[in-house]
Amino acid sequence: MINLSDILETIRMIQDENLDIRTITMGISLLDCIDTDIDRACEKVYEKITRKAENLVRVGTEIEKEYGIPIINKRISVTPIAMVSAACHESPIKFAKAMDRAAAAVGVNLIGGYSALVQKGFAAGDRELIESIPEALAVTERVCSSVNIGSTKAGINLDACRMMGGIVRKTAELTVDNDCFGAAKLVVFCNSVDDNPFMAGAYHGVGEPDCIINVGVSGPGVVRSALKKNPDANINEVANIIKTTAYKITRVGQLVGVTASERLGVPFGIVDLSLAPTPVVGDSVAHILEEIGLEQCGAPGTTATLALLNDAVKKGGVMACSSVGGLSGAFIPVSEDAGMIDAAVSGSLTIEKLEAMTAVCSVGLDMIAVPGDTTADAIAGIIADEAAIGMVNSKTTAVRIIPAIGKKEGEELDWGGLFGRAPIMRINTKSPSRFINRGGQIPAPMHSLKN
Amino acid sequence: MKAVISVIGHDEVGILAKVSSMCAEYNANVTEVTQSVLQDVFAMVMLVDISKLSIPLSELSDRMSELGKSLGLSIYVMHEDIFNSMHHI
Repeated sequence: MINLSDILETIRMIQDENLDIRTITMGISLLDCIDTDIDRACEKVYEKITRKAENLVRVGTEIEKEYGIPIINKRISVTPIAMVSAACHESPIKFAKAMDRAAAAVGVNLIGGYSALVQKGFAAGDRELIESIPEALAVTERVCSSVNIGSTKAGINLDACRMMGGIVRKTAELTVDNDCFGAAKLVVFCNSVDDNPFMAGAYHGVGEPDCIINVGVSGPGVVRSALKKNPDANINEVANIIKTTAYKITRVGQLVGVTASERLGVPFGIVDLSLAPTPVVGDSVAHILEEIGLEQCGAPGTTATLALLNDAVKKGGVMACSSVGGLSGAFIPVSEDAGMIDAAVSGSLTIEKLEAMTAVCSVGLDMIAVPGDTTADAIAGIIADEAAIGMVNSKTTAVRIIPAIGKKEGEELDWGGLFGRAPIMRINTKSPSRFINRGGQIPAPMHSLKN
Repeated sequence: MKAVISVIGHDEVGILAKVSSMCAEYNANVTEVTQSVLQDVFAMVMLVDISKLSIPLSELSDRMSELGKSLGLSIYVMHEDIFNSMHHI
Protein backbone atom coordinates (compact mmCIF):
# COMPACT_ATOMS: atom_id res chain seq x y z
CA MET A 1 0.00 0.00 0.00
CA ILE A 2 1.03 3.57 -0.49
CA ASN A 3 2.89 4.81 2.56
CA LEU A 4 0.51 6.36 5.11
CA SER A 5 2.81 9.26 5.92
CA ASP A 6 3.09 10.08 2.20
CA ILE A 7 -0.69 10.26 2.00
CA LEU A 8 -0.96 12.51 5.02
CA GLU A 9 1.89 14.69 3.74
CA THR A 10 0.13 15.20 0.41
CA ILE A 11 -3.17 16.05 2.11
CA ARG A 12 -1.44 18.49 4.44
CA MET A 13 0.30 20.18 1.52
CA ILE A 14 -3.00 20.68 -0.27
CA GLN A 15 -5.28 21.48 2.67
CA ASP A 16 -3.02 23.47 4.98
CA GLU A 17 -0.19 24.78 2.83
CA ASN A 18 -2.11 25.87 -0.27
CA LEU A 19 -0.48 23.51 -2.76
CA ASP A 20 -2.34 23.91 -6.02
CA ILE A 21 -2.00 23.88 -9.75
CA ARG A 22 -2.07 27.56 -10.59
CA THR A 23 -3.16 27.19 -14.17
CA ILE A 24 -3.84 24.86 -17.05
CA THR A 25 -3.40 27.03 -20.10
CA MET A 26 -4.43 25.95 -23.58
CA GLY A 27 -2.36 27.56 -26.31
CA ILE A 28 -4.26 27.98 -29.57
CA SER A 29 -2.77 29.10 -32.88
CA LEU A 30 -4.88 31.62 -34.76
CA LEU A 31 -2.67 31.75 -37.86
CA ASP A 32 -5.34 29.96 -39.89
CA CYS A 33 -7.89 32.63 -38.95
CA ILE A 34 -6.15 35.41 -40.86
CA ASP A 35 -8.44 37.22 -43.29
CA THR A 36 -8.45 40.62 -44.95
CA ASP A 37 -12.04 41.10 -43.79
CA ILE A 38 -11.86 41.84 -40.05
CA ASP A 39 -15.38 40.61 -39.28
CA ARG A 40 -14.76 37.31 -41.00
CA ALA A 41 -11.40 36.96 -39.23
CA CYS A 42 -13.05 37.63 -35.85
CA GLU A 43 -15.71 35.04 -36.59
CA LYS A 44 -13.00 32.46 -37.33
CA VAL A 45 -11.14 33.43 -34.14
CA TYR A 46 -14.28 32.97 -32.05
CA GLU A 47 -15.12 29.69 -33.72
CA LYS A 48 -11.62 28.23 -33.31
CA ILE A 49 -11.20 29.21 -29.66
CA THR A 50 -14.62 27.90 -28.65
CA ARG A 51 -14.09 24.68 -30.60
CA LYS A 52 -10.62 23.89 -29.24
CA ALA A 53 -11.32 24.95 -25.65
CA GLU A 54 -14.87 23.62 -25.46
CA ASN A 55 -13.99 20.99 -22.85
CA LEU A 56 -11.09 22.73 -21.12
CA VAL A 57 -12.96 23.83 -18.02
CA ARG A 58 -14.94 20.59 -17.67
CA VAL A 59 -11.82 18.42 -17.95
CA GLY A 60 -9.94 20.70 -15.55
CA THR A 61 -12.67 20.44 -12.95
CA GLU A 62 -12.86 16.67 -13.39
CA ILE A 63 -9.10 16.25 -12.80
CA GLU A 64 -9.28 18.58 -9.85
CA LYS A 65 -11.81 16.32 -8.16
CA GLU A 66 -10.19 13.02 -9.08
CA TYR A 67 -6.77 13.94 -7.75
CA GLY A 68 -8.08 16.15 -4.97
CA ILE A 69 -5.87 19.05 -5.99
CA PRO A 70 -7.27 22.51 -6.73
CA ILE A 71 -6.64 23.81 -10.25
CA ILE A 72 -7.13 27.50 -9.69
CA ASN A 73 -7.31 28.75 -13.26
CA LYS A 74 -8.14 27.37 -16.66
CA ARG A 75 -6.96 29.81 -19.28
CA ILE A 76 -6.26 30.30 -22.95
CA SER A 77 -3.38 31.89 -24.84
CA VAL A 78 -3.49 32.70 -28.53
CA THR A 79 -1.15 33.78 -31.34
CA PRO A 80 -0.07 37.43 -30.89
CA ILE A 81 -3.04 39.26 -32.36
CA ALA A 82 -0.86 41.80 -34.21
CA MET A 83 0.11 38.98 -36.60
CA VAL A 84 -3.47 37.91 -37.13
CA SER A 85 -4.81 41.44 -37.56
CA ALA A 86 -2.02 42.72 -39.83
CA ALA A 87 -3.89 41.79 -43.01
CA CYS A 88 -6.98 43.77 -41.97
CA HIS A 89 -5.31 47.22 -42.00
CA GLU A 90 -7.60 48.63 -39.33
CA SER A 91 -7.78 48.87 -35.53
CA PRO A 92 -7.78 45.32 -34.15
CA ILE A 93 -10.15 46.17 -31.30
CA LYS A 94 -12.75 43.79 -32.76
CA PHE A 95 -10.33 40.91 -32.14
CA ALA A 96 -10.20 41.81 -28.44
CA LYS A 97 -13.98 41.67 -28.31
CA ALA A 98 -14.07 38.33 -30.13
CA MET A 99 -11.49 36.90 -27.72
CA ASP A 100 -13.48 38.18 -24.76
CA ARG A 101 -16.71 36.61 -26.04
CA ALA A 102 -14.97 33.30 -26.74
CA ALA A 103 -13.37 33.24 -23.28
CA ALA A 104 -16.76 33.89 -21.67
CA ALA A 105 -18.39 31.18 -23.79
CA VAL A 106 -15.94 28.48 -22.68
CA GLY A 107 -15.83 29.74 -19.09
CA VAL A 108 -12.18 30.79 -18.70
CA ASN A 109 -11.40 33.86 -16.58
CA LEU A 110 -8.53 35.22 -18.67
CA ILE A 111 -7.33 34.94 -22.25
CA GLY A 112 -3.87 36.15 -23.25
CA GLY A 113 -2.40 37.11 -26.59
CA TYR A 114 -3.58 40.61 -27.40
CA SER A 115 0.09 41.07 -28.11
CA ALA A 116 2.76 42.39 -30.42
CA LEU A 117 6.43 41.45 -30.72
CA VAL A 118 8.40 44.55 -31.66
CA GLN A 119 11.86 43.97 -30.21
CA LYS A 120 13.52 44.89 -33.49
CA GLY A 121 10.94 47.20 -34.99
CA PHE A 122 7.31 47.54 -35.99
CA ALA A 123 5.80 45.29 -38.66
CA ALA A 124 2.38 45.76 -40.25
CA GLY A 125 -0.30 45.61 -37.56
CA ASP A 126 2.03 46.22 -34.61
CA ARG A 127 1.46 49.96 -34.11
CA GLU A 128 -2.29 49.63 -34.58
CA LEU A 129 -2.40 46.89 -31.99
CA ILE A 130 -0.30 48.76 -29.43
CA GLU A 131 -2.36 51.92 -29.88
CA SER A 132 -5.58 49.98 -29.32
CA ILE A 133 -4.44 48.33 -26.05
CA PRO A 134 -5.90 50.92 -23.62
CA GLU A 135 -9.34 50.71 -25.20
CA ALA A 136 -9.16 46.92 -25.60
CA LEU A 137 -8.42 46.42 -21.91
CA ALA A 138 -11.11 48.90 -20.89
CA VAL A 139 -13.95 47.44 -22.96
CA THR A 140 -13.19 43.76 -22.35
CA GLU A 141 -13.21 41.82 -19.13
CA ARG A 142 -11.00 38.81 -19.74
CA VAL A 143 -8.46 39.87 -22.34
CA CYS A 144 -4.79 40.22 -21.36
CA SER A 145 -2.18 42.03 -23.37
CA SER A 146 1.59 41.96 -23.68
CA VAL A 147 4.22 43.63 -25.82
CA ASN A 148 7.80 42.40 -26.24
CA ILE A 149 10.07 45.41 -26.68
CA GLY A 150 13.51 43.83 -26.38
CA SER A 151 15.57 40.67 -26.53
CA THR A 152 19.14 39.54 -26.01
CA LYS A 153 19.36 38.85 -29.75
CA ALA A 154 17.84 42.10 -31.01
CA GLY A 155 18.53 44.70 -28.34
CA ILE A 156 15.91 47.10 -27.02
CA ASN A 157 13.45 49.00 -29.20
CA LEU A 158 13.55 52.40 -27.48
CA ASP A 159 10.71 53.75 -29.65
CA ALA A 160 8.53 50.92 -28.37
CA CYS A 161 9.65 51.64 -24.78
CA ARG A 162 8.55 55.23 -25.15
CA MET A 163 5.28 54.21 -26.71
CA MET A 164 4.56 51.66 -23.97
CA GLY A 165 5.19 54.26 -21.24
CA GLY A 166 2.26 56.21 -22.65
CA ILE A 167 0.13 53.13 -23.29
CA VAL A 168 0.51 51.85 -19.71
CA ARG A 169 -0.55 55.26 -18.40
CA LYS A 170 -3.46 55.59 -20.77
CA THR A 171 -4.65 52.06 -19.92
CA ALA A 172 -4.72 53.01 -16.25
CA GLU A 173 -6.54 56.26 -17.04
CA LEU A 174 -9.28 54.52 -19.03
CA THR A 175 -9.94 52.11 -16.17
CA VAL A 176 -9.64 54.61 -13.33
CA ASP A 177 -13.14 53.75 -12.06
CA ASN A 178 -11.97 50.20 -11.54
CA ASP A 179 -8.81 51.07 -9.58
CA CYS A 180 -6.84 51.32 -12.86
CA PHE A 181 -7.26 47.57 -13.29
CA GLY A 182 -6.58 47.64 -17.06
CA ALA A 183 -2.87 48.15 -16.40
CA ALA A 184 -2.82 44.95 -14.30
CA LYS A 185 -3.66 43.05 -17.49
CA LEU A 186 -0.79 44.55 -19.51
CA VAL A 187 2.81 43.30 -19.46
CA VAL A 188 5.82 44.79 -21.23
CA PHE A 189 8.48 42.13 -21.83
CA CYS A 190 12.08 41.68 -22.77
CA ASN A 191 12.85 38.11 -23.98
CA SER A 192 9.21 37.03 -23.74
CA VAL A 193 8.59 33.29 -24.10
CA ASP A 194 6.30 31.42 -26.49
CA ASP A 195 4.93 28.88 -24.02
CA ASN A 196 4.27 30.91 -20.88
CA PRO A 197 1.10 29.61 -19.19
CA PHE A 198 0.85 32.52 -16.72
CA MET A 199 -1.25 35.63 -17.21
CA ALA A 200 -1.17 38.42 -18.03
CA GLY A 201 1.87 37.71 -20.23
CA ALA A 202 0.79 34.47 -21.92
CA TYR A 203 0.63 34.22 -25.69
CA HIS A 204 0.93 31.28 -28.09
CA GLY A 205 4.21 31.63 -29.99
CA VAL A 206 4.41 31.16 -33.74
CA GLY A 207 6.75 28.15 -33.45
CA GLU A 208 4.25 26.28 -31.31
CA PRO A 209 1.92 23.55 -32.60
CA ASP A 210 -1.71 24.27 -33.48
CA CYS A 211 -2.97 23.58 -29.97
CA ILE A 212 -1.12 22.65 -26.79
CA ILE A 213 -1.56 22.32 -23.02
CA ASN A 214 0.87 24.04 -20.65
CA VAL A 215 0.74 23.88 -16.89
CA GLY A 216 1.88 26.32 -14.22
CA VAL A 217 2.39 25.01 -10.70
CA SER A 218 2.48 26.88 -7.45
CA GLY A 219 3.25 26.16 -3.80
CA PRO A 220 5.23 28.81 -1.88
CA GLY A 221 3.40 27.74 1.30
CA VAL A 222 4.70 24.19 0.98
CA VAL A 223 8.30 25.36 0.59
CA ARG A 224 8.01 27.68 3.54
CA SER A 225 6.61 25.07 5.87
CA ALA A 226 9.29 22.53 4.83
CA LEU A 227 11.91 25.13 5.76
CA LYS A 228 10.14 25.93 9.00
CA LYS A 229 10.62 22.37 10.17
CA ASN A 230 14.39 22.80 9.79
CA PRO A 231 15.18 26.12 11.44
CA ASP A 232 18.85 25.30 12.05
CA ALA A 233 19.71 23.86 8.64
CA ASN A 234 22.74 25.39 6.96
CA ILE A 235 22.26 27.05 3.60
CA ASN A 236 23.23 23.93 1.58
CA GLU A 237 20.57 22.00 3.44
CA VAL A 238 18.10 24.82 2.81
CA ALA A 239 18.77 24.48 -0.93
CA ASN A 240 18.24 20.73 -0.71
CA ILE A 241 14.96 21.06 1.18
CA ILE A 242 13.69 23.47 -1.50
CA LYS A 243 14.78 21.08 -4.27
CA THR A 244 13.02 18.10 -2.72
CA THR A 245 9.85 20.09 -2.17
CA ALA A 246 9.94 21.57 -5.69
CA TYR A 247 10.28 18.04 -7.07
CA LYS A 248 7.07 16.93 -5.36
CA ILE A 249 5.16 20.04 -6.39
CA THR A 250 6.27 19.70 -10.00
CA ARG A 251 5.35 16.01 -10.18
CA VAL A 252 1.76 16.98 -9.53
CA GLY A 253 1.98 19.54 -12.33
CA GLN A 254 3.33 16.89 -14.68
CA LEU A 255 0.57 14.44 -13.72
CA VAL A 256 -2.17 17.01 -14.21
CA GLY A 257 -0.69 18.19 -17.52
CA VAL A 258 -0.37 14.68 -18.95
CA THR A 259 -3.87 13.73 -17.84
CA ALA A 260 -5.40 16.92 -19.24
CA SER A 261 -3.57 16.47 -22.51
CA GLU A 262 -4.83 12.88 -22.89
CA ARG A 263 -8.41 13.77 -22.11
CA LEU A 264 -8.49 16.81 -24.36
CA GLY A 265 -6.65 15.07 -27.18
CA VAL A 266 -4.15 17.91 -27.33
CA PRO A 267 -0.35 17.53 -27.03
CA PHE A 268 1.25 18.33 -23.70
CA GLY A 269 3.72 21.18 -23.85
CA ILE A 270 5.57 22.17 -20.73
CA VAL A 271 5.42 22.57 -16.99
CA ASP A 272 6.36 26.05 -15.86
CA LEU A 273 8.39 25.55 -12.68
CA SER A 274 7.25 28.57 -10.80
CA LEU A 275 6.48 29.50 -7.25
CA ALA A 276 3.51 31.76 -7.84
CA PRO A 277 2.19 33.42 -4.69
CA THR A 278 -1.37 34.52 -3.92
CA PRO A 279 -2.47 37.16 -1.42
CA VAL A 280 -3.74 34.38 0.87
CA VAL A 281 -1.80 34.10 4.12
CA GLY A 282 0.60 31.15 3.88
CA ASP A 283 1.09 31.42 0.12
CA SER A 284 3.87 33.99 -0.05
CA VAL A 285 7.31 33.99 -1.67
CA ALA A 286 8.41 36.85 0.63
CA HIS A 287 7.68 34.64 3.62
CA ILE A 288 10.03 31.95 2.25
CA LEU A 289 12.84 34.51 2.13
CA GLU A 290 11.96 35.54 5.68
CA GLU A 291 11.95 31.89 6.73
CA ILE A 292 15.47 31.55 5.31
CA GLY A 293 16.46 34.27 7.72
CA LEU A 294 15.54 37.83 6.76
CA GLU A 295 13.81 40.06 9.29
CA GLN A 296 11.61 41.27 6.44
CA CYS A 297 11.67 40.95 2.67
CA GLY A 298 13.72 43.83 1.23
CA ALA A 299 16.42 43.59 3.91
CA PRO A 300 20.07 43.19 2.84
CA GLY A 301 20.39 39.55 1.75
CA THR A 302 17.06 39.53 -0.10
CA THR A 303 18.65 39.18 -3.53
CA ALA A 304 20.94 36.36 -2.38
CA THR A 305 18.15 34.35 -0.74
CA LEU A 306 15.91 34.84 -3.76
CA ALA A 307 18.70 33.68 -6.10
CA LEU A 308 19.11 30.52 -4.04
CA LEU A 309 15.37 29.89 -3.96
CA ASN A 310 14.99 30.43 -7.69
CA ASP A 311 17.84 28.09 -8.57
CA ALA A 312 16.77 25.34 -6.17
CA VAL A 313 13.19 25.41 -7.50
CA LYS A 314 14.48 24.80 -11.02
CA LYS A 315 16.91 22.06 -9.99
CA GLY A 316 14.21 20.21 -8.07
CA GLY A 317 11.59 20.70 -10.72
CA VAL A 318 13.55 19.84 -13.82
CA MET A 319 13.83 16.14 -12.98
CA ALA A 320 10.15 15.92 -12.14
CA CYS A 321 8.76 16.61 -15.57
CA SER A 322 9.23 15.71 -19.19
CA SER A 323 9.57 19.22 -20.51
CA VAL A 324 10.22 22.48 -18.74
CA GLY A 325 9.43 25.88 -20.16
CA GLY A 326 7.54 29.10 -19.67
CA LEU A 327 9.07 31.48 -17.19
CA SER A 328 10.15 28.92 -14.60
CA GLY A 329 11.31 30.64 -11.44
CA ALA A 330 9.97 32.40 -8.39
CA PHE A 331 7.49 35.19 -9.06
CA ILE A 332 7.54 38.38 -7.03
CA PRO A 333 4.28 40.19 -7.83
CA VAL A 334 3.92 42.71 -5.01
CA SER A 335 0.11 42.97 -4.85
CA GLU A 336 -0.34 39.19 -5.03
CA ASP A 337 1.95 38.31 -2.13
CA ALA A 338 0.97 39.01 1.49
CA GLY A 339 4.62 39.24 2.61
CA MET A 340 5.57 41.60 -0.22
CA ILE A 341 2.58 43.85 0.55
CA ASP A 342 3.63 44.10 4.22
CA ALA A 343 7.25 44.76 3.22
CA ALA A 344 6.21 47.48 0.77
CA VAL A 345 3.90 49.13 3.32
CA SER A 346 6.58 49.13 6.03
CA GLY A 347 9.09 50.66 3.61
CA SER A 348 11.45 47.66 3.78
CA LEU A 349 10.85 46.82 0.13
CA THR A 350 11.53 49.51 -2.47
CA ILE A 351 11.24 49.54 -6.25
CA GLU A 352 15.02 49.73 -6.52
CA LYS A 353 15.40 46.57 -4.42
CA LEU A 354 12.71 44.84 -6.47
CA GLU A 355 14.63 45.75 -9.61
CA ALA A 356 17.75 44.08 -8.21
CA MET A 357 15.67 41.02 -7.30
CA THR A 358 14.42 40.71 -10.87
CA ALA A 359 17.99 40.04 -12.01
CA VAL A 360 17.93 36.68 -10.22
CA CYS A 361 14.37 35.43 -10.58
CA SER A 362 11.43 35.42 -12.92
CA VAL A 363 10.05 37.74 -14.00
CA GLY A 364 10.22 41.44 -13.33
CA LEU A 365 8.66 44.47 -11.73
CA ASP A 366 5.29 42.85 -11.31
CA MET A 367 2.01 44.22 -9.97
CA ILE A 368 3.50 47.37 -8.51
CA ALA A 369 1.40 50.51 -8.06
CA VAL A 370 3.16 53.83 -8.59
CA PRO A 371 1.86 57.35 -7.87
CA GLY A 372 -0.76 58.73 -10.27
CA ASP A 373 1.43 61.62 -11.35
CA THR A 374 4.17 59.29 -12.68
CA THR A 375 4.87 60.47 -16.22
CA ALA A 376 4.74 58.30 -19.33
CA ASP A 377 8.47 58.90 -19.82
CA ALA A 378 9.25 57.76 -16.28
CA ILE A 379 7.32 54.54 -16.94
CA ALA A 380 9.23 54.15 -20.21
CA GLY A 381 12.47 54.60 -18.25
CA ILE A 382 11.47 51.87 -15.80
CA ILE A 383 10.63 49.62 -18.76
CA ALA A 384 14.02 50.33 -20.37
CA ASP A 385 15.89 49.55 -17.12
CA GLU A 386 14.07 46.29 -16.65
CA ALA A 387 14.54 45.32 -20.31
CA ALA A 388 18.27 46.01 -19.98
CA ILE A 389 18.50 43.54 -17.09
CA GLY A 390 16.75 40.93 -19.22
CA MET A 391 18.76 41.65 -22.35
CA VAL A 392 22.17 41.51 -20.67
CA ASN A 393 21.39 38.48 -18.52
CA SER A 394 19.67 36.50 -21.32
CA LYS A 395 16.54 36.11 -19.22
CA THR A 396 12.93 37.16 -19.37
CA THR A 397 12.09 40.38 -17.59
CA ALA A 398 8.82 42.23 -17.56
CA VAL A 399 7.14 45.33 -16.27
CA ARG A 400 3.58 45.29 -15.04
CA ILE A 401 3.18 48.51 -13.11
CA ILE A 402 -0.05 50.30 -12.43
CA PRO A 403 -0.06 54.10 -12.31
CA ALA A 404 -2.66 54.83 -9.62
CA ILE A 405 -4.40 57.71 -11.35
CA GLY A 406 -5.50 60.37 -8.85
CA LYS A 407 -3.72 58.70 -5.94
CA LYS A 408 -0.37 59.19 -4.28
CA GLU A 409 2.30 57.33 -2.34
CA GLY A 410 0.96 55.74 0.84
CA GLU A 411 -2.51 55.03 -0.57
CA GLU A 412 -3.34 51.72 -2.21
CA LEU A 413 -5.23 50.04 -5.04
CA ASP A 414 -7.38 47.08 -4.07
CA TRP A 415 -8.68 44.61 -6.68
CA GLY A 416 -9.33 41.68 -4.35
CA GLY A 417 -9.11 38.02 -5.37
CA LEU A 418 -5.92 36.70 -6.93
CA PHE A 419 -4.76 40.16 -7.98
CA GLY A 420 -4.71 41.37 -4.37
CA ARG A 421 -3.96 44.93 -3.29
CA ALA A 422 -1.06 47.16 -4.16
CA PRO A 423 0.39 49.79 -1.85
CA ILE A 424 1.49 52.76 -3.95
CA MET A 425 5.29 52.82 -3.88
CA ARG A 426 7.69 55.73 -4.08
CA ILE A 427 9.58 56.14 -7.34
CA ASN A 428 12.51 58.36 -8.25
CA THR A 429 11.00 61.48 -9.82
CA LYS A 430 14.04 62.68 -11.80
CA SER A 431 13.20 62.69 -15.51
CA PRO A 432 14.63 60.27 -18.11
CA SER A 433 12.81 62.15 -20.92
CA ARG A 434 15.83 63.22 -22.94
CA PHE A 435 17.12 59.64 -23.06
CA ILE A 436 13.73 58.09 -23.83
CA ASN A 437 12.95 60.56 -26.60
CA ARG A 438 16.19 59.91 -28.45
CA GLY A 439 14.41 56.91 -29.94
CA GLY A 440 16.06 54.16 -31.98
CA GLN A 441 17.42 50.79 -30.95
CA ILE A 442 19.73 49.96 -28.04
CA PRO A 443 22.13 47.49 -29.69
CA ALA A 444 22.20 43.85 -28.62
CA PRO A 445 25.02 42.95 -26.21
CA MET A 446 28.25 41.31 -27.34
CA HIS A 447 27.25 37.91 -25.95
CA SER A 448 24.23 37.77 -28.26
CA LEU A 449 26.74 36.68 -30.91
CA LYS A 450 26.90 33.04 -29.99
CA ASN A 451 27.33 31.39 -33.37
CA MET B 1 -7.09 1.50 -10.83
CA LYS B 2 -7.21 2.52 -7.21
CA ALA B 3 -8.16 5.54 -5.18
CA VAL B 4 -7.30 6.56 -1.66
CA ILE B 5 -10.09 7.72 0.65
CA SER B 6 -8.84 9.63 3.67
CA VAL B 7 -11.09 10.51 6.57
CA ILE B 8 -9.94 12.92 9.25
CA GLY B 9 -11.93 14.40 12.11
CA HIS B 10 -13.53 13.95 15.51
CA ASP B 11 -14.13 10.31 16.44
CA GLU B 12 -17.67 8.98 16.75
CA VAL B 13 -19.56 5.72 16.32
CA GLY B 14 -20.07 4.37 12.82
CA ILE B 15 -17.65 6.40 10.64
CA LEU B 16 -16.07 3.34 9.06
CA ALA B 17 -19.50 1.81 8.50
CA LYS B 18 -20.87 4.89 6.75
CA VAL B 19 -17.88 5.39 4.49
CA SER B 20 -17.64 1.75 3.53
CA SER B 21 -21.36 1.44 2.84
CA MET B 22 -21.08 4.36 0.43
CA CYS B 23 -18.18 2.53 -1.24
CA ALA B 24 -20.40 -0.53 -1.60
CA GLU B 25 -23.25 1.58 -2.98
CA TYR B 26 -21.08 2.73 -5.90
CA ASN B 27 -19.21 -0.53 -6.34
CA ALA B 28 -15.84 0.61 -4.99
CA ASN B 29 -14.09 -2.43 -3.55
CA VAL B 30 -12.26 -1.70 -0.29
CA THR B 31 -8.91 -3.48 -0.41
CA GLU B 32 -7.06 -2.03 2.58
CA VAL B 33 -7.94 0.02 5.63
CA THR B 34 -5.64 1.71 8.12
CA GLN B 35 -7.16 3.66 10.94
CA SER B 36 -6.11 5.20 14.21
CA VAL B 37 -7.63 7.35 16.92
CA LEU B 38 -5.20 9.72 18.58
CA GLN B 39 -6.57 11.97 21.33
CA ASP B 40 -10.08 11.85 19.86
CA VAL B 41 -8.85 12.62 16.34
CA PHE B 42 -9.97 9.93 13.99
CA ALA B 43 -7.77 9.25 10.95
CA MET B 44 -8.57 6.56 8.45
CA VAL B 45 -7.04 5.78 5.08
CA MET B 46 -8.78 3.35 2.76
CA LEU B 47 -7.46 1.96 -0.47
CA VAL B 48 -10.30 1.13 -2.85
CA ASP B 49 -10.39 -0.53 -6.23
CA ILE B 50 -12.30 1.77 -8.58
CA SER B 51 -12.06 -0.21 -11.80
CA LYS B 52 -15.76 -1.18 -11.59
CA LEU B 53 -17.00 2.06 -10.05
CA SER B 54 -20.61 2.72 -11.06
CA ILE B 55 -20.21 6.54 -11.17
CA PRO B 56 -17.32 8.78 -12.30
CA LEU B 57 -14.59 9.20 -9.69
CA SER B 58 -15.19 12.94 -9.55
CA GLU B 59 -18.77 12.26 -8.52
CA LEU B 60 -17.71 9.83 -5.80
CA SER B 61 -15.41 12.58 -4.57
CA ASP B 62 -18.38 14.99 -4.36
CA ARG B 63 -20.61 12.44 -2.57
CA MET B 64 -17.91 11.57 -0.03
CA SER B 65 -17.22 15.22 0.59
CA GLU B 66 -20.95 15.79 1.27
CA LEU B 67 -21.01 12.77 3.58
CA GLY B 68 -18.00 14.23 5.38
CA LYS B 69 -19.77 17.54 5.85
CA SER B 70 -22.87 15.86 7.28
CA LEU B 71 -20.67 14.01 9.79
CA GLY B 72 -18.47 16.99 10.60
CA LEU B 73 -15.41 15.25 9.11
CA SER B 74 -13.05 15.85 6.20
CA ILE B 75 -13.21 13.11 3.59
CA TYR B 76 -10.88 13.25 0.60
CA VAL B 77 -11.06 10.94 -2.40
CA MET B 78 -7.91 11.04 -4.50
CA HIS B 79 -6.69 8.86 -7.35
CA GLU B 80 -3.62 6.89 -6.25
CA ASP B 81 -1.56 8.36 -9.10
CA ILE B 82 -1.07 11.64 -7.26
CA PHE B 83 0.71 9.85 -4.39
CA ASN B 84 2.70 7.63 -6.72
CA SER B 85 3.89 10.63 -8.75
CA MET B 86 4.77 12.75 -5.77
CA HIS B 87 6.55 10.24 -3.63
CA HIS B 88 8.20 7.82 -6.05
CA ILE B 89 10.86 8.53 -8.63
